[in-house]
Amino acid sequence: MIIGLGHYLTLAAILFTIGIFGIFLNRKNVIIILMSIELILLSVNINLVAFSAFLGDLVGQVYALLVLTVAAAEAAIGLSILVAYYRNRGSIAVEDINLMRG
Amino acid sequence: MIPAIFFYLFAGVSIAAAVMVIASKNPVHSVLFLILAFVNGAGLFVLLGAEFLAMILIIVYVGAVMVLFLFVVMMLDVDFTQLRQGFLQYLPIGAFIGIVVLIELLLLVVTWTIGPDVQHAIAAPIPPLAKMPNTEALGHVLYTRYIYFFQAAGVVLLVAMIGAIVLTLHHKPKVKRQSIAEQNARTRRTAIEIVKVRSGQGL
Repeated sequence: MIIGLGHYLTLAAILFTIGIFGIFLNRKNVIIILMSIELILLSVNINLVAFSAFLGDLVGQVYALLVLTVAAAEAAIGLSILVAYYRNRGSIAVEDINLMRG
Repeated sequence: MIPAIFFYLFAGVSIAAAVMVIASKNPVHSVLFLILAFVNGAGLFVLLGAEFLAMILIIVYVGAVMVLFLFVVMMLDVDFTQLRQGFLQYLPIGAFIGIVVLIELLLLVVTWTIGPDVQHAIAAPIPPLAKMPNTEALGHVLYTRYIYFFQAAGVVLLVAMIGAIVLTLHHKPKVKRQSIAEQNARTRRTAIEIVKVRSGQGL
């Protein structure tokens, strides 16, 4: 059977939903939240490349490359914030980040 | 027939790996399942004919970003059992919202079709494989028409690198370090002190 565009889009939708589900479930665990964001970005990349292949347009792949770049940068910064937080607090329970709240 | 088998294989394993990422008790297992999901995503990209992007996904994303995750997960000595509290409490509302989002996305996929004018609006048509491989075609487009985006991506990476260093660089006070500028700035006047010593008596 021919695998059409709809198959790839469905797969991307399911991965996107699993990523959102992961953020909802693991609200205290920052590392799992970061990993769910990476899953969401993977689903977006699959979407972009599927459209690029089925419409015959290279722009989708260029865009996916830029999304990859931004995702890597964001993962690096998120993890360094986490490491700095851990150094100051000794734990990564991020519900304690409300020191400035009045 | 064969591409269909591979599509279902890659798709099934990536969905299973994604579910295991969020359901694992051990965060190291989560990172390893995420690596599996990305490798299967790269396989899907190869099926779609975007082999450059597939290899970049494996080299950059899995090889650098996931290894970074693994370093951080292993370095932070955290009690993860305490962090998994409230998992079951949020399960029903999370599942409800997840199912609503999924139904909306699937409705869109099923009822939408490509419009007739799209064929004329293609900005960078993919040349046939016999004429030019995917990497070369991407290079033809990326460095000429999309050069601004390419440079902007470079700036984003530079800022991320500087940001990561600024956030985490930490000089411990007791560690001795060299300061090359200080060493080079020594003059004879400050480095040597001439003392007259009387014979038979030390300093």
